[in-house]
Amino acid sequence: MTATQDRPAAEIGKDRRRKEDQRLITGRTRWTDNITLPGMLHLAMVRSPFAHASITSVDVEAAKASPNVVAVLSGKDFGAELGVCINAWPITPDQKTPNHSPMPADRVAFAGEIVAVVVARSAAEARDAAELVDVEYDELPAVIGIKNALKDEVLAHPDLGTNKSALWVFDSNEVGTGSDVEAAIETARTDGIVIEREYRQQRLIPAFMEPRSVVVDPTGEQITMWSATQIPHILRFALAATTGVPESKIRVIAPDVGGGFGGKLQTTPEEWIAWAVARRLSKPVKYTETRSESLMAAHHGRDQVQTLTLAADKDGKVTGLKVHLDADLGAYIAVVGGGVPVLGAFMFNAIYKFPSYRFECQTVLTNTTFTDAYRGAGRPEATYAIERLMDELAAEVGVDPLEIRERNWITHEEFPFTTVAGLEYDTGNYEAATAKARESFGYDALRAEQKERRDRGDRVQLGIGVSTFTEMCGLAPSRVLGSLDYGAGGWEHASVRMLATGKVEIVTGASAHGQGHETAFSQIVADRLGVPFEDVEVLHGDTQIAHKGLDTYGSRSLVVGGEALVRAVDKVIDKAKHLAAHLLEASEDDLEYKGGRFTVAGTDQGVAIQELATAAFAAHNYPEDMEPSLDADATYDPVNFNYPHGTHLCAMEVDTETGAVKMRKYTCCDDIGVIINPLIVAGQVHGGLVQGIAQALWEEAVHDDAGTLVSGSFVDYLLPTSADTISFDVVHTDEPSVCTTNTLGTKGVGEAGTIASTPAVVNAVVDAIRHLGINDIQMPCTPERVWRAIQGSKAGGATETPPDAMPHFAEGEANQQSHEGALDQDGAGQ
Amino acid sequence: MTKIELTVDGAAVSDDVEPRMLLVQYLREKLGKTGTVIGCDTSNCGACTVHLDGTSVKSCNVLAVQANGRTVTTIEGLADTAEGDLHPVQASFRECHGLQCGFCTPGMIMQAVDLLGENPDPTEEEVRLGMEGNLCRCTGYHNIVKSVLHAAEGAKA
Repeated sequence: MTATQDRPAAEIGKDRRRKEDQRLITGRTRWTDNITLPGMLHLAMVRSPFAHASITSVDVEAAKASPNVVAVLSGKDFGAELGVCINAWPITPDQKTPNHSPMPADRVAFAGEIVAVVVARSAAEARDAAELVDVEYDELPAVIGIKNALKDEVLAHPDLGTNKSALWVFDSNEVGTGSDVEAAIETARTDGIVIEREYRQQRLIPAFMEPRSVVVDPTGEQITMWSATQIPHILRFALAATTGVPESKIRVIAPDVGGGFGGKLQTTPEEWIAWAVARRLSKPVKYTETRSESLMAAHHGRDQVQTLTLAADKDGKVTGLKVHLDADLGAYIAVVGGGVPVLGAFMFNAIYKFPSYRFECQTVLTNTTFTDAYRGAGRPEATYAIERLMDELAAEVGVDPLEIRERNWITHEEFPFTTVAGLEYDTGNYEAATAKARESFGYDALRAEQKERRDRGDRVQLGIGVSTFTEMCGLAPSRVLGSLDYGAGGWEHASVRMLATGKVEIVTGASAHGQGHETAFSQIVADRLGVPFEDVEVLHGDTQIAHKGLDTYGSRSLVVGGEALVRAVDKVIDKAKHLAAHLLEASEDDLEYKGGRFTVAGTDQGVAIQELATAAFAAHNYPEDMEPSLDADATYDPVNFNYPHGTHLCAMEVDTETGAVKMRKYTCCDDIGVIINPLIVAGQVHGGLVQGIAQALWEEAVHDDAGTLVSGSFVDYLLPTSADTISFDVVHTDEPSVCTTNTLGTKGVGEAGTIASTPAVVNAVVDAIRHLGINDIQMPCTPERVWRAIQGSKAGGATETPPDAMPHFAEGEANQQSHEGALDQDGAGQ
Repeated sequence: MTKIELTVDGAAVSDDVEPRMLLVQYLREKLGKTGTVIGCDTSNCGACTVHLDGTSVKSCNVLAVQANGRTVTTIEGLADTAEGDLHPVQASFRECHGLQCGFCTPGMIMQAVDLLGENPDPTEEEVRLGMEGNLCRCTGYHNIVKSVLHAAEGAKA
């Protein structure tokens, strides 16, 4: 038996329980708000109630006199040391970018913006005193909503002269990746099918469960910031770049972080103010937001109007796609800001073979909370648009939605495939994923039931929604980011430290906040290095330990950070081999590495990696031409994105009398390449699905006409509960399409569920009532909107399109029937 | 200031507190029981759920003075963690991957323990209704529901 000599059962693919869980299920956690330092002071923010106003005076005297208040500071009390909030991705050279002070002294541009900070010995005393700060404002007209902003009648920032920040364009005809979309549309108008639609991506709030919190300790040689952030490394860089403190004097720690979903991919005014106050007072400070503050002032997501034209021939083979986005940046351009909708530019064509494509994105400034990444960031919006359009095309042609997709998708023999947006999809198998999903879902039986209910005129109608999504993830090849004018690269760094006792410490620049990196990365190292899973410790989230990194977002940690880790491990093995050959007095060529042990071919001589680590530590006997260390680093820059895909099928029941919708079944078959830990993957998919479903059915951040966020608490911003959701049917293809651009063959999964599920749900709702003459329901598909759509159809007519609503489309175009004006009233286009 | 005396995770404690102080603030700020967390300010999220005389409460919805003379159990007192032991519901959340970021988890576990105390053999529907007052943003609830059902199964075995 040689089994014990061999590598233990492969870790990759095993449903390991998570290493992280022990402390989390016992409350032995270190959230930022749990940190208490000697002499620590607490901050409370004074926020503007107005969406747009000049600050005429800030009277802090009463607040200062309040018990245990140490200081009350407003924007005018700070100079350049306060720094600015940065935009790292100016999408065009002429982008209009408003100056974003963490705490402006003269003018506020959204309700919730910070105008003063109170510093007290306790959080309660700070909040009490914040009530006493008397700010005088001169209210200015506020611009709310994309369509209003585009008119440029009221300006979010009068000094800029316009609300239009940037126009970003991609045209396949101009760059040579495809033909002219206008010609395709013209042809289709006379001899094919043209689908024209306007879809609304409502504004969402990431709503991570842990409110943001920041602690700054200015004592000691380095100034330390603990923050509930996804991006400790970017945060450190931005603090150095904007506040005049050398990067080497800054230590940023992301301790346990309670979810992010893009919402903590930000460099925030609150962090900058805490930094400045701690430096000013030379005392540790803490600021933890309330949930209401979080919903109001942490960045929001999505918020686009999508104007779409799809051209196809009579058989439903697509010939062109024209996309115009108007995207609401809010009051400022946040760290990624306008880059989020631009990320969608490459994904509207999705899995389909469009010969021509044009994409435009107009970003606008409004007097609302600034927007930025939210799970999927650009790709959910694109996927929603194309997957809704494909269902509309199927309806127009009169075929099953799966069939229309099959007529147009890239077949598995056609990979690698260069798309009309210029990306090279390396692998995929849409046929296999669809076949598996279809079978697991019971597609044919549900279609039969749908028909039966329809024939019977059942009050509760059944709809089936399809979403055959792909996405680009693993952000990102640095040169690609450079070509898009992003301010940083997309590489990741890893280190492997072989400890004297034979244990292994790995350091990653990825910064987990719930994903389970400690577990998955341990599995990777255990397999590749041949050491026990339990002997691997994963360190991250502290810039003094993980000194290099680009953090966690864009489904990048495994596919970029994991690959860096693989390469660092391989370097360790190379070094160890050299030492092993020396100690075994053998030639390196005769050594075989297996199961964590070098053996000399044809002998029983061998040495374990742990013994080599000890030998390197002792350094009593090692080759002249090596340093006494097995440790290694690697920095990996991906050569391509990766392209997970899947087929999602959703069955929704719609009560035609009340408009109530109920999810009956949800099946997804995702092809994400090689799976490291199926338990963690399933968890990522489940959570992603519910966030996408929540966009379809429940969530919407609403500002009133004055710019006040009316969905400013969990009473009004409808996060789904366990009672609103169902258990999901999650399957994978039998033979995954292994990614060819990383060693492990993995593809990202963090955002897949969110990207795929929203159109599947809305397609199902529309499918249930399409026979009533309905072809759209605006998100979220509340019972009221569904009911109004049904009532509208019963009243016998389509909503009239006002003549000015659709400048994008040819006059009198018949099949364009929805428009935002009507959607705002009843959310339905019939 | 009002003097309160109560038992928290098996230990008798006594403090002078402001009458307005919430139980969750008392637990976190005075006792350092930071395993119990605050996720909202409208009693929607349930992250702060603890047991008060054996029944689950959202500790942001109870004043510290209301806990006077009573017994509080937090996630930190649910099992003898010093020995590495886990309460069966804790073990079940781990086994079924019922947590990701873990922020809602203490509240979820405390609520699940109470739910199973009242109804040791719930249906999926009953679990979903019983856990409705606790929000999670990571798991989509799928594995939380599974964890609770798994714990119920384990108790029967």
